[in-house]
Amino acid sequence: MTLTIEPAIHEDIVPAPRHASAHAVAWQRVCRIDDLEPGWGEAVLLPERQVALFLVGAGELYAVDHRDPKTSAPVMARGIVGSKGARPTIASPLLKQVYDLATGECLSESGPSLATYATRVVGEFVEIAAAA
Amino acid sequence: MSDDRGDAVDEPATDARRVVVIGAGPAAHRLADAINSRDDAGTLHVTVLGDEPHQPYDRVSLSHRLLGEEDLTLVPTRPWDAARVRLLTGVRATRIDRAARRVHTDDGAEHPYDELVLATGSTAPVPEIRGSDHARVYRTLEDVDALVAECAQVVERSGRAPRVLVAGGGLLGLEAAGGLTGLGAEATVVHSGGWLMSAQLDEGAGQALSRLIAGHGIRLELGTRPQELLVENGSVHAVKLTNGKVVDADIVVFAIGVTPRDGLASAAGLDIGERGGVVVGADCRSSDPNVFAIGEVANVFGRCVGLVAPANAMAETVADRLLGGDAEFSSIDDATSLKLSGVDVASFGDALGATSGALEIVYADPARGLYQKIVVSQDAKTLLGGVFVGDAAPYSSLRPMLGRELGAEPAAYLSAGGEAPSGADLPDDALVCSCNIVTAGTVREAVRSGGGSGEGCHDLGSLKACTRAGTQCGSCVPLVKKLMEQELTAAGVAVSHALCEHFAMTRQELFDGVRVLGLASFDAIVERFGSGRGCDICKPAVASMLASQGGYILDDGRGSLQDTNDRALANMQKDGSYSVVPRIPGGEITPQKLAVIAAVAEKFGLYTKITGGQRIDMFGARLDQLPDIWRILVDAGFESGQAYGKALRNVKSCVGSTWCRFGVQDSVAMAIRLELRYRGLRAPHKLKIGVSGCARECAEARGKDVGVIATAEGWNLYVGGNGGLQPAHGQLLATDLDDESLIRYIDRYFIYYIRTADRLQRTARWIEDLDGGLDHVRSVVVDDALGLADELEATMHRHVDDYQDEWAATLADPERLRRFRSFVNAPDAPDTGLPRVIERGQPRPARPGEAPMPVSLGMPTAPPRETLSTEGSRS
Repeated sequence: MTLTIEPAIHEDIVPAPRHASAHAVAWQRVCRIDDLEPGWGEAVLLPERQVALFLVGAGELYAVDHRDPKTSAPVMARGIVGSKGARPTIASPLLKQVYDLATGECLSESGPSLATYATRVVGEFVEIAAAA
Repeated sequence: MSDDRGDAVDEPATDARRVVVIGAGPAAHRLADAINSRDDAGTLHVTVLGDEPHQPYDRVSLSHRLLGEEDLTLVPTRPWDAARVRLLTGVRATRIDRAARRVHTDDGAEHPYDELVLATGSTAPVPEIRGSDHARVYRTLEDVDALVAECAQVVERSGRAPRVLVAGGGLLGLEAAGGLTGLGAEATVVHSGGWLMSAQLDEGAGQALSRLIAGHGIRLELGTRPQELLVENGSVHAVKLTNGKVVDADIVVFAIGVTPRDGLASAAGLDIGERGGVVVGADCRSSDPNVFAIGEVANVFGRCVGLVAPANAMAETVADRLLGGDAEFSSIDDATSLKLSGVDVASFGDALGATSGALEIVYADPARGLYQKIVVSQDAKTLLGGVFVGDAAPYSSLRPMLGRELGAEPAAYLSAGGEAPSGADLPDDALVCSCNIVTAGTVREAVRSGGGSGEGCHDLGSLKACTRAGTQCGSCVPLVKKLMEQELTAAGVAVSHALCEHFAMTRQELFDGVRVLGLASFDAIVERFGSGRGCDICKPAVASMLASQGGYILDDGRGSLQDTNDRALANMQKDGSYSVVPRIPGGEITPQKLAVIAAVAEKFGLYTKITGGQRIDMFGARLDQLPDIWRILVDAGFESGQAYGKALRNVKSCVGSTWCRFGVQDSVAMAIRLELRYRGLRAPHKLKIGVSGCARECAEARGKDVGVIATAEGWNLYVGGNGGLQPAHGQLLATDLDDESLIRYIDRYFIYYIRTADRLQRTARWIEDLDGGLDHVRSVVVDDALGLADELEATMHRHVDDYQDEWAATLADPERLRRFRSFVNAPDAPDTGLPRVIERGQPRPARPGEAPMPVSLGMPTAPPRETLSTEGSRS
């Protein structure tokens, strides 16, 4: 899910807190929206985990766990983005399981699902809500 | 071809009846082909005189020529090799002597005939207005090539896009304008009618078409004509229109109709129609019973028709008459469809609803640029005609129903009616392909029994080859396919050649579509041929097709299409790290280069192993280390080995005659030559080559897609070998080839494979699946039976000329290097998820539960958490 918050807040990207609170949903600013190319996933390094971030269409952002649920390798950002029916998907680059980008559900087999995280755009910046 | 001219009287040494055909266009081609395939007794000898320097070619597809060096030669070319048919090109007929039954030509020869066929076609008229000697037309290959050259000259001279004014908003004019726009020109179409294609479309359809054309960036001036070409210093700079407007133009093309070339006939005293053309009856005979006329020069039922289907029907009629039959040309099928990328237009039958009492059912959606109309008889049962703009999908299934009762409510056939009724209700005698006169029954029979050869045609390629349906204008191909699938389904054969849920077609069909339309992005391809956002099946398949067009594989939105390995120009391993394989052509490497590989592996802590293909693989590199590794390798003269691509991998060789006591040829030199030629070539699957210096076959070449084995005289060429899950030995394609022939054959073989194989189909399976198997491959590659050889070789030459090392290209461009950052928000922070242990003196991934060991050398033991920063990500 992507929220776009207006008006734009103009300030430089600030470092994410090194120790996020254990329970709070903390929005973490990770990059500028124009750092992202449609369809090309990017890995994001957060203090508590690695996240795979995808810009799918204009302003349509998804964040999921960068770790492949099947092999535990940190690779999901390098998968191919696509669709199955109306659902946006990401295919694992290793063994090609297909996951729903929005819900994390594994669509190609009855396997473990992928954690998903909320995203929003604040001004020109992308933020991810990845609670610890 | 024109080899034995010289005698003043050119007479074949035969007592067969002599047929001379003046003109070598599509109608003459069809006539020669029909006679050649039907005249089993050899009663006729045919001489075809063509004033163009080419074999007959497909004028319908001229717009494809605008977009590239496409070979439009009409197939089959078989008749031109037949002893009973002689094609003289570059020869113009100057006079017909009916009394002496001779045709005089401009080279001084005379051609005696028993029967004469006029197939002189037509010319493109240019009105006599001021400056008109600077106008161009759009009629022949030379016209098209000249337009392409002139566009290039304008760009060179002025440094801006050429401005082209096309006079004529009919089929030809729009195709010319569309093609020129594809070349980067700014086109304006000037049309005297109130709407485009006013001869075929009603006003609603014409307006829908205008919106579509304007959407392609083509400007329109309707209801006016050019009045004067404004010329300065010998070249056009603008055109003044009859409505007073002045339009800037560097190039002016007239496409305002056709004028039958009836000058010879008229001079010979034959009856000529009021508005031109040789008057013929339903038997295609002129006022002289020994003279026939076919195609655009024939005036039949009081008019001349500039379409290929009636020309073919007339040619068939004359062929039958010459062979003693009594065929008649009964009616003119003037169905038309516009061949312009992204603009669907088709009309057939009484499209304007002129029949008395006719009912029109119209569905229009201006927002989508859609206009569809079918015309039916007063009782709403019999189909009289139709017009489709924006979505011509119903055209191919409706056209064969012309004059018949529709099986459903008329509206059900339009896009608003949902899923259109299928071709199941087509009677066997309904004409499916009117270009080649193929009925639904013939198609069904071919699917069942292969047209008598026993094996049925179960794929579109063999069905087209067997029935010829869909081989000319191609508009019936969807219907032919539908009929085939229905027939197969009825026979209990399950068929789905769909690439994936996003493309309901095979890789080959998609490849052809992409190639012909020149589509260059996934978005354009999915919009034209597919649906949805793609997936991990179709995106890499499309990426491979686009790679065949050349260019860096990660630019222009193509990066996100690439499969796991291509995306990083390296091979991803099970833990997400990568392996690196530099190219070592032929497996030959200097000690100095070996030392560079050793130094790189040591510096970055990589595990090294010799591959099965005589190369060295370095494992365990992080994504962000790849550019640093390659900078050292490229500086030392290495280039990408494409071990990550569905592409040429390596050429394996034995040491050959240079060192070996048994070798008879220099297999290493040939292996290196082949590897440097085909490096970077992307294909439906990986490609491997082996070269052995003698029959002992130490390079195991027969286990490769291409195996080259030395003989005392040259090389034997094997194809279709492969290891893997289903091993296959390569089969002998040709023997004792010299170096140049060997390379020519491999060029043809590879490109033919790339164009026609299925996704992820190795050459062994591809050959098995081809109708005719190895014999078919030999007929294409060695005998050039499809006349494709030159085009296939040219495609390979383009690949060789355009090759660039992907890693050198990556390192040279900071934008490209961004793709190798570890994290978008911390591009310099190393990936921490790659624990290693040491085994047999080298690092390997730690197994679950194993305590990772610190691996020195470039693998930081405790990677520091970087603070968020955008630096580097935008550099």
